[in-house]
Amino acid sequence: MPSSKCEGHEKLYAELDSYINSVKDQPGVLINVLHRAQELFGYLSEETQQHVAEKLNLPLSQVYGVVTFYNFFSTKPKGKHQIKVCLGTACYVKGADRVLDRLKEELGVDLDEPTKDGDFSIHAVRCLGACSMAPVVLVGERDFYGKVTPDEVSKIIEKYKEE
Amino acid sequence: MPAVENTIVICAGGACISAGEISVKESLESTLKEYALDEVVQVVETGCMGACDLGPIMVIYPEGIFYQKLNSENVKKIVEEHLLKGRVVKEFLYTGPAGEVKEKPQEELPFFKKQVKIATRNLGVVDPLSIEEYIARDGYFALTKVIKELSPDKVIEELKKSGLRGRGGAGFPTGLKWEFAKKAESNVKYVICNADEGDPGAFMDRAILEGDPHTVVEAMTIAAYTIGATKGFIYVRAEYPLAIERFSHALETAREYGFLGNNILGTDFSFDIEVRIGAGAFVCGEETALINSIEGKRGIPRVKPPYPAQKGLWNKPTLINNVETYANIPPIILHGGDWFSQFGVEGSRGTKVFALAGKVNNTGLVEVPMGITLRELIYEIGGGVPGGKKLKAVQTGGPSGGCIPEKHIDTPITYDTLKELGTIIGSGGMIVMDEDDCMVDVAKFFLEFTVEESCGQCTPCRDGTKRMLEILERITDGEGTEEDLEKLKELGEHIMKTSLCGLGQTAPQPVLSTMRYFWDEYEAHVKEKRCPAKKCKELTRIVIDKEKCVGCTACARVCPVDAISGSVRNPHEIDSEICTRCGSCLEVCRFGAISKVSP
Repeated sequence: MPSSKCEGHEKLYAELDSYINSVKDQPGVLINVLHRAQELFGYLSEETQQHVAEKLNLPLSQVYGVVTFYNFFSTKPKGKHQIKVCLGTACYVKGADRVLDRLKEELGVDLDEPTKDGDFSIHAVRCLGACSMAPVVLVGERDFYGKVTPDEVSKIIEKYKEE
Repeated sequence: MPAVENTIVICAGGACISAGEISVKESLESTLKEYALDEVVQVVETGCMGACDLGPIMVIYPEGIFYQKLNSENVKKIVEEHLLKGRVVKEFLYTGPAGEVKEKPQEELPFFKKQVKIATRNLGVVDPLSIEEYIARDGYFALTKVIKELSPDKVIEELKKSGLRGRGGAGFPTGLKWEFAKKAESNVKYVICNADEGDPGAFMDRAILEGDPHTVVEAMTIAAYTIGATKGFIYVRAEYPLAIERFSHALETAREYGFLGNNILGTDFSFDIEVRIGAGAFVCGEETALINSIEGKRGIPRVKPPYPAQKGLWNKPTLINNVETYANIPPIILHGGDWFSQFGVEGSRGTKVFALAGKVNNTGLVEVPMGITLRELIYEIGGGVPGGKKLKAVQTGGPSGGCIPEKHIDTPITYDTLKELGTIIGSGGMIVMDEDDCMVDVAKFFLEFTVEESCGQCTPCRDGTKRMLEILERITDGEGTEEDLEKLKELGEHIMKTSLCGLGQTAPQPVLSTMRYFWDEYEAHVKEKRCPAKKCKELTRIVIDKEKCVGCTACARVCPVDAISGSVRNPHEIDSEICTRCGSCLEVCRFGAISKVSP
């Protein structure tokens, strides 16, 4: 086991290990384990991937292969508030590209990179299945904003700055 | 406890949640408490009611009064007026395009009346967290009937009679699929539910899982009994956390009630279901890619044959169906295959759930008999195109489908007719497009999608779609040549013939279908460097009409890049070099002075 784990992460690793131990006898649990790890750490660092590989007795290449295959897994840290812009067809024809442009402009970052203060990151996501409310922006996992116009973008960001 | 006098049903479908359903419900409950009504008024959250653009929605029973577009404030007024004083609050009722107010639109409007609900029969009716409510609507009766009365062969016979075909996209006859899986010899078999609903614009599977999860549990258990499986998996997109939560809850209660787990209904039949969460890869909607993903691997498709019915999950015979297909199974078992086949037309039996979205007045989820025409769907049910714009095309089948032009609007929707038109029903997403949508741009949008989602395993799909996208980008940038158009077509046809899986075999479809019906638009981009819909940025400019501009400065103030100059009360001007064509100025101008031009 790598010895250089950051302080404070030990508790998270302990939590991850207890999850791994509870599922490791079932076949094909790698993706479940990676989901749990990303929930705990926010992203999947090389260190975390190595840890998972060792615990599941898999080659690191296989873990890395799976991590990079799926859009949901991130090897880079994300912002505290993740702003997801749906780029499904309905959202696209209703102007999601313009909402996205405005978000990038307001926060001064490109897709998938956190702002300097680490508070926000912007992500383009696949259809969120709320097409009637297009265009849709999702902050975190649960805060949906429907029929968003570019001008409403700053108001949405402001809401999370106050917290 | 006092008797319940009113039941308020609130739609907790995805669209209503995004429109603020949670705060509406909280406000409703606290107001009820404030007026000590919380013991006589029951509040129930249900799955998607379908009329998504009206959300958040609630219906007050016993009268059945339908309130729309609620927020935490107006819901208080409804409690005070409707529940305390018995007066219907007119201002929050449904108001039609001509200003007509309806108390019970669910009984009057074509949007609701023309629907035949089989797969979505419980959406908006039952509380998805209550197994009792599901049972009260004949839930688990089909499973009981199968286990107590029907042989597996009889189940398959009914499915064949019903004419049900897979609702996930490929449209394979469900009865045959079950028969293959049953006939495969093995001591271990699996049942899978494909809930990796990835087609942008389709959200019926999400709505079913969130609104009526037990129907999928019941159908999968029937499938397991029929083919002889003891273990099942449901593979759900990670983007649908609420569906995962509600389905997992349904699994727990079904186990408590003996409908799932060991010795189901006291027999020696045992079966259980495990939830596997996807990780964001469109290709995993392809059944063999999905199977690889459940195995914890990269989700790349396998070569077929062997089909999953012979060699599927961990190389064992596997039955895999999509959510909507499963949702049709319990009613077919209860009422018989003949009953189901009375709906629809030859070759396309039963009903289909469509997700109406895009440039259409009534967006949402509708279940209609197969064979209905696009016109009925878009105009009668969908209420037509908003803003007096002209319908241009309907996109069906997502990135695997194509665009049907307005002239074919009277085509009945069946598996075969749509195939003839160069598209597919797919999973049922229907995006309506108007005159402002550029068909070349739409084709490019889908190609961008496939390029990103191609798994990279086979060359035609990995490299071919990328080359197609590059050509499309040249065309929309005004740098395309006539030779490019020929190349695009040829390349598309090759990719369809030579790709390994369904994703690649259908990826060129959005391009080829738009070329078939909107060739003049492609030509305009290439020959005249003009975008007729004025959508492609490089071929479009935004200009101010000096005659109409009064110099109100509204446009200059909203321009994010300061491309607009001019002084107060004098006509303004846009510097095309700086302008990003974002269109913000168009939206704020109240004098109709700003317009797009191409070239």
